[in-house]
Amino acid sequence: MSAEEPLLRVEDLRVEFPTEDGIVHAVDGITYQVHRGRTLGIVGESGSGKTVASMTTLGLTRGQGAHVSGRILFEGRDLVALSDRELRAIRGNDIAMVFQDPLSSLHPFYRVGAQLVEAVRAHRDVSRSMARERAVELLGLVGIPDPSRRVDDYPHEFSGGMRQRAMIAMALANEPKLLIADEPTTALDVTVQAQILALMERLQRELGMAIVIITHDLGVIAEVADDVAVMYAGRIVETASAELIFSGPEHPYTWGLLKSIPTLDTPRERELVPIPGTPPSLINPPSGCHFHPRCPYAQPDHSIIDPFLEPAPGEPDHHVACLLAAEVRRRLWAQLRVGRTPAAALAEVGLPLAPPISDPSGLGGARA
Amino acid sequence: MSASPAADPGSAFGEEREHGSTAPSTGAVPGEPLVQVRDLVKHFPITQGIVFQRKIGAVQAVDGVSFEVKRGETLGIVGETGCGKSTTARLIMRLLEATSGEVRFDGQDITHLKGSRLKAVRREMQMIFQDPYSSLNPRKTVGSIIAEPFVVHGLERGKDQRKGAVQALMETVGLNPEHYNRYPHEFSGGQRQRIGVARALALKPKLLIADEPVSALDVSIQAQVLNLLRDMQRQFGLTLIFIAHDLSVMRYMCDRVAVMYLGKIVEIGAGDPLYAFPRHPYTGALLSAVPVADPSASPSERRLLSGDVPSPASPPSACRFHTRCPKAKERCSIDEPLLEDKGTGTQAACHYPLTREELVAMGVRFPAMNAPPADG
Repeated sequence: MSAEEPLLRVEDLRVEFPTEDGIVHAVDGITYQVHRGRTLGIVGESGSGKTVASMTTLGLTRGQGAHVSGRILFEGRDLVALSDRELRAIRGNDIAMVFQDPLSSLHPFYRVGAQLVEAVRAHRDVSRSMARERAVELLGLVGIPDPSRRVDDYPHEFSGGMRQRAMIAMALANEPKLLIADEPTTALDVTVQAQILALMERLQRELGMAIVIITHDLGVIAEVADDVAVMYAGRIVETASAELIFSGPEHPYTWGLLKSIPTLDTPRERELVPIPGTPPSLINPPSGCHFHPRCPYAQPDHSIIDPFLEPAPGEPDHHVACLLAAEVRRRLWAQLRVGRTPAAALAEVGLPLAPPISDPSGLGGARA
Repeated sequence: MSASPAADPGSAFGEEREHGSTAPSTGAVPGEPLVQVRDLVKHFPITQGIVFQRKIGAVQAVDGVSFEVKRGETLGIVGETGCGKSTTARLIMRLLEATSGEVRFDGQDITHLKGSRLKAVRREMQMIFQDPYSSLNPRKTVGSIIAEPFVVHGLERGKDQRKGAVQALMETVGLNPEHYNRYPHEFSGGQRQRIGVARALALKPKLLIADEPVSALDVSIQAQVLNLLRDMQRQFGLTLIFIAHDLSVMRYMCDRVAVMYLGKIVEIGAGDPLYAFPRHPYTGALLSAVPVADPSASPSERRLLSGDVPSPASPPSACRFHTRCPKAKERCSIDEPLLEDKGTGTQAACHYPLTREELVAMGVRFPAMNAPPADG
């Protein structure tokens, strides 16, 4: 990674929501950076804080009574400290966002063109007709056929893939430096997903913007991301280049994600290795390492000590928040990658088995 | 249209399949398929007017589908939104009335069964739904949800007996039997899907249809449910129809796979040859579009399908894929291709099937080619 100043630098960001049941620690002290022209993939399950972290970048959690601490430096300016008005000048202009569900993010009563014109005129002092020309140009850029006609369609006249293209067009209206895409392809079919991912890659090449893509799909990450951050229960547990996340992952949660989904070449007779249990409550997150109750490799003191994101030995751009020694982690992964079970890997490395999860269903009740 | 699996090409690949072979199903005729679907058609009318509704068209959700499901096997149906895969499942379950065609279950034509005879057949087939949040009644306890099939069919009478049966089921699917009196909201998504599986297994069905059973679940939970379904299939000798849009999950779970596009099966065959050497350009496009969790293997020159799926209310003529097919020629819009054996282990409905060179150029990997041949 280059030594130049990153475009976006998030430092020890915490976001908490007070609720009737207690304080939800949605984002629990995360630090990451996004470099110009590169793509950061944030992977995590629902409730891992990946969406809240990105929405906070745009100030979209402000109206919800969230307590935000830490710094979000965008080109050197701290977005957390900006006033609503200053932030509005950046949002949709320098930083734009694409949401998961394109149908509910477009207003059903207004023509697609009118919504694009609004996005352009919110930040540019241009005439309506010029903004409309820009809208047609944008629809063409994202690959909508016959854009000068389709600009007057309503969102319901677009298919799912076209709506997502329209959303991307809207995000690109002011040539943002940073595009945040939150599960941009989750609602789409595979063939359309492939089109949208290819479109995002092409636009990044042409416009040179940085992208943060949030997804739960490791396949999507492998396709588009340069760097990856894995989130679990409000914390980043591992960051590395995309190659390294797949070839030499060091966090047990990352291993779990990689080993629990079948790929096109998983032998059918091999059992999948699910991650036991369920994601924890963010009101009372587990003590110590948040992952320890579900971790097959957890040792007794892992429920007491908080792990920090630390560089992996010999890999300066690879950071892991795990209390196991790096050498142990690498020996474990060497066993897992050839298809051994966690128990077999532990025996090989000579570590005791973690105590089984207390709930006999192996799933943990939803009791908070 | 003959989709006879008699010449099941899967056997050539020597797949070992312990599960299913020991099916304890009652009165099973070995070798006879459990489900036979012939020329199944379902058109939903599009009407206009309020009082005098005139039919102005039809959504051709399923349009002439034929296949068989053998006892103990898992048939996957894969396709994009609106291709008719869920409608096909609902037609087999008799949750929808077919416009024409025939569904045979266990040798019996069930397409027009009514009343008590339909109820008797329904005992033998159960369904698991996609959304574990909306498919469980929030006002009922888990115990009464799982006991519902017993109530409907008047089985396991007596309070204690019913409770015992329900708790045994909960144990089987990996739920804590003590949670009998809890409500669905107290369970996580993965656990709820287990409740759905327990309910489906209550009547010891022969056929289980799972409609996107894991797509609403978190990644770390999906494997738990997939493993559970495989265990249950082995344990109870179930025949499974597995509907999904995820090709990786499909390959892992299914013995044979049917690919649907706009209400028709475009390719069907055993999993290994279908994934190793898909012949229909649509199957190839689907496979090439799957994101691979391996950055070094990402095909740089993948061939993307252009455009979207056309409306099933006015599907393209002849081969329905010809509007998006990179290989389409004039003949494809005039002369409808039929499902026929392409000599590589699958049946495809295509005049100009893919060649090996084209597949390599599309960046489709050949997982079965790398896998060690299974013996036995």
